[in-house]
Amino acid sequence: MFASNPIAALTNIVPLEVVQGYVILMLVLVIGGTILDMLLKKNAAYFFAKAKAAESSRTRVLTPGDKINAAVSTLAVEVATSADFCNIKRRISHLLTMYGFLIFLFATLALVFAYPVKGAPVIVSQLWHLGAAMVTFGGFWFWFFIRVDVSAEGVPWNRVVQADIFILSLLGTTTFGLIWSITNALGATTIAMLPLVLFIASATILFSTVYWSKFAHMFFKPAAALNRRITVADGSRENLPEIGDLSDPEVQKMFPDIPEYLGTNPQNMGLGIGRDKSRHY
Amino acid sequence: MPTFVYMTRCNGCGNCVDICPSDIMHIDKTYRRAYNIEPSMCWECCACVKACPKKAIDVRGYADFAPLGHSVRVDRDEEKGVIAWRVKFRNGKKDVSLMAPITTVPWGSGQPQLRDVPAPTQEQRDSQHLYSEPETIRMDDGEVHTLKSNGLRMKLGVSY
Repeated sequence: MFASNPIAALTNIVPLEVVQGYVILMLVLVIGGTILDMLLKKNAAYFFAKAKAAESSRTRVLTPGDKINAAVSTLAVEVATSADFCNIKRRISHLLTMYGFLIFLFATLALVFAYPVKGAPVIVSQLWHLGAAMVTFGGFWFWFFIRVDVSAEGVPWNRVVQADIFILSLLGTTTFGLIWSITNALGATTIAMLPLVLFIASATILFSTVYWSKFAHMFFKPAAALNRRITVADGSRENLPEIGDLSDPEVQKMFPDIPEYLGTNPQNMGLGIGRDKSRHY
Repeated sequence: MPTFVYMTRCNGCGNCVDICPSDIMHIDKTYRRAYNIEPSMCWECCACVKACPKKAIDVRGYADFAPLGHSVRVDRDEEKGVIAWRVKFRNGKKDVSLMAPITTVPWGSGQPQLRDVPAPTQEQRDSQHLYSEPETIRMDDGEVHTLKSNGLRMKLGVSY
């Protein structure tokens, strides 16, 4: 069932050229939406203005090597492992949806462009299903339990706001895609038309609403993470105070309360607020 | 000093929403990031600032404390047991850092084990001391400071 090629089934209804044209159109919509987002909401302008303002408070000038190091660290930590999330459940859910989406996307591109319709290796079709299943599992976990509106705001799971366009259309794409593929593989081709229509509708909403949805966060969040690393490396620290090593005599001389109350070699105090998980709802 | 959120640092975890006693930290419906919905109702307790794991929440300093265009930023490091503030004037020339301890013992180690403590006597109940006082407060002379012990007396109007 999971080895069946969904694109081959689709080409029984519409020509492959139409499918390829649709995928290219979606790609153009994502690029266009992101550019529009940057220009009209001035996200890029904000980052550059912030970097310019931070120049006066930096304590060292970064070499190109430092900048490459910061970029590689951002890719390896914040991007690859979703380290921005401190809630472990949210981090796992995000990793599932992120890698699931990437696997689903590249498997779709491979099935549409790289292989002849009937001759695609089975592993690519299996990856298509695996990616969709990962997004579906991680996405519904997020939607019902982890989403901050439900977990912290205490609103019911079925309240939908603008911020939900991305997650709902993503979930619709993978869920209806899976249902369509399974019903098709079972031979119920007439019934499979409904999930197919919903799959295409969800995918169209997902890729055409970049300007209004949170789709572009996959470009802006890494940029923000890189910016944070740069500000720590160049000493500007976004105007945050530097705590440093409390056993350093220079720090103790500057802040005499530290040795008076914590001693000359302060111990690790463990977690305070962090020990207590917020469970107010 | 009401709080506000840097949207590019916030990851929408909801810790500030949970902890705010005024219930004014909420989640934005367009970007799913936290924001202070009513700064004029902020008690300035800074609970959200302390609870934010991403250092995404700051305070707006009052004009007499930090002039317009200023920056007041805080970093509370629980494991080191300190809180640090940095106040920067808009011209960047005045840049002050402050740091103070927020605990002297590991967090959670100071919980009183009331089950193991004998019940208070009548004399203790009648005294002005609270539980564990005066041992746990720095009363070097061993007594609570009162007007009488300091040679003062209550007067009408403003006392100096």
